[in-house]
Amino acid sequence: MPASTEGDGTAATPWPLFEVFLRGKRGLNHVHVGSLHAADPQMALHHARDLYCRRNEGVSIWVVPSAAITASSPEEKDEFFASAGDKVYRHPTFYKIPDDVPHM
Amino acid sequence: MDDDNPYDLLAAADEDGRWAFGTGFADPFAGVDMAIPDGLDPAALARYCLALADDALIYSHRLQEWVTHMPELEEETAIANIALDLLGQARLLLSRAAAADPSLGGDEDALAFFRPPTLFLNARFVEPTDRGFAAMVARLLVFSAWRLELCAALRDCGDPVLAAITARSVSELAYHRDYAAAWVVRLGDGTELSHTRMRDGLAAVWPGTAELFTASAVERALPSVAVDPGAVRGAFDAVLDSVLAAATLDRPVAPSAGLSAGLSADQPAGPLGRDASHTADLTTLLTEMQSVARAHPDATW
Amino acid sequence: MTETTQESRFEDTIARDRRIEPRDAMPDGYRKTMVRQIAQHAHSEIIGMQPEGNWITRAPSLRRKAILLAKVQDEAGHGMYLYSAAETLGVSRDELTEMLISGRQKYSSIFNYPTPSYADVGVIGWLVDGAAICNQVPLCRSSYGPYARAMIRICKEESFHQRQGYELLLTMMRGTPEQRAMVQASVDRFWWPSLMMFGPPDAESPNTAQSMAWGVKRHTNDELRQRFVDMTVPQADRLGVTLPDPDLRWNEERGHHDFGAVDWDEFRAVVGGKGPCNVERVTRRKAAHEEGAWVREAAMAYASKH
Repeated sequence: MPASTEGDGTAATPWPLFEVFLRGKRGLNHVHVGSLHAADPQMALHHARDLYCRRNEGVSIWVVPSAAITASSPEEKDEFFASAGDKVYRHPTFYKIPDDVPHM
Repeated sequence: MDDDNPYDLLAAADEDGRWAFGTGFADPFAGVDMAIPDGLDPAALARYCLALADDALIYSHRLQEWVTHMPELEEETAIANIALDLLGQARLLLSRAAAADPSLGGDEDALAFFRPPTLFLNARFVEPTDRGFAAMVARLLVFSAWRLELCAALRDCGDPVLAAITARSVSELAYHRDYAAAWVVRLGDGTELSHTRMRDGLAAVWPGTAELFTASAVERALPSVAVDPGAVRGAFDAVLDSVLAAATLDRPVAPSAGLSAGLSADQPAGPLGRDASHTADLTTLLTEMQSVARAHPDATW
Repeated sequence: MTETTQESRFEDTIARDRRIEPRDAMPDGYRKTMVRQIAQHAHSEIIGMQPEGNWITRAPSLRRKAILLAKVQDEAGHGMYLYSAAETLGVSRDELTEMLISGRQKYSSIFNYPTPSYADVGVIGWLVDGAAICNQVPLCRSSYGPYARAMIRICKEESFHQRQGYELLLTMMRGTPEQRAMVQASVDRFWWPSLMMFGPPDAESPNTAQSMAWGVKRHTNDELRQRFVDMTVPQADRLGVTLPDPDLRWNEERGHHDFGAVDWDEFRAVVGGKGPCNVERVTRRKAAHEEGAWVREAAMAYASKH
């Protein structure tokens, strides 16, 4: 992950990304609802409650570090793929935002 | 354009009703029997509810001040949740006080916006502005752990309405306490800088803690309902000790130098917030909080 | 898969009005445009917390205070949903925050206007959220899946906000003369900036064609602006406020309201950084981010030890 340089000269690691899955009161299974940043899984759970549930009781929450999720590769949809897994989201270091993208 | 009229699309009712508890109704006690049980002094009950309400109302204001100043976006939703919960508790308690003693002067808004500082009964502990994030989580830890013990004890009290309000508050306060405790631990056992700041933050709020466990005339006037705050000190200390240990922090030592003989560092000197004796911070806070309402005294909002 | 196959899969997905998902191949231009659009939308939500957030402590009733606090909390949440969608495209939230703070990415210029009166809370709910909903409902069909899904969630919550804002204004307009005057003054201040929220006129938006071809944009700026005016005029009548445009009138032939000329010089000045609150808004965000660095670091240090 790219480290942003803080004022005191030390490089800081940003909080990692967690994916959030909810199973609602009437739900049968957990559904992906989005992601958030947290320093650790317990914090991620707290944040997920605050952000996605407004503390609605009876909702089951799973949080998973994004880096732990393995996803299949869409290009191979038509083929049988046993081993073509890859990390779900690219590392930000692969991609830079240029300045010259026009306004919408 | 084939697009939906946005209003049609959005007119669909929200089935889970999770948005902003407390905003959808005007009367929280609709259908609830508000009668005061025999043997309870209505004025004393109202005063006690007012004190608990004022603690929550004033402290919610201090937490509201953190919105757009939190160190991470996820923490914004967290602090707003806590401030909203306490505001909700204040509203219920104010309404209970108003119903118990109409001579107090009206409804939740009349009590919140048209009382002067001299009629507020909150503890002084909630009056100052937080001096930094570490001091904020230190105060939140102390406040929530204390209030949680009080409310837990009040769930069995002699007024069924107050018992219901406090029962509901318990799960909220446990959440607040856990949030604050997690931060105290992370800061205490994080970096050297955070450890120092957490230690200092705790030291800054600690002297005000003694007031929270001191009974006042408000509690003494309601013996069958009010919880003696001194009685929850043990449970509170157990929680604090466990959090501080995990945070690798020592319990702050209250300075004993300069105290007159016979006074202990754990006893507050002078009058308490519950005796309606407040700091200048409360006046400043209320001037701001009440400004729009007082500028339009006949207005409905 | 070859590049041409990837390209034709992308084109095919767009042509069939299906969603592009994070793992799908996409042209660089599409990715860059989506990142910028989503990020600027996210920044708008976060910055938008400030003009209304300033009134939380002074809200004149406890119920209004709770509503406003919940609304501002929602806006933080919306910002996070959107940053989350942007991150699926390979950027980090930290990078995007740097872009905002350094001025390299923008946010909706409406938030560069001050909120000097409490009535602004209602008017922002009615007009600003109303304009945002007009912009956002079509985005629920954005070609980019994570963005479309974030928009559905956001639109639902924003509908509450708009209704609450309008309801506050109805209450005030049925109230004291001072309340009515406060509302009218607020409308006078926010009407034209609300129209500017839809962006420059189509004739001055060269990228609209490409964006529409990619399913990034579903309607043009002028189309959405016209729709907003048409929807809002009857609401203003119902409130009993006057919209500050002497040229505003129903045109029977067109089946739409005609309205006056927007001051595009003002728009360009505000977008370019010279609005009344540009500096204040970014400074506050920057301060929170920088002053909070030690807290975020402490959390990471703790996590690494346990």
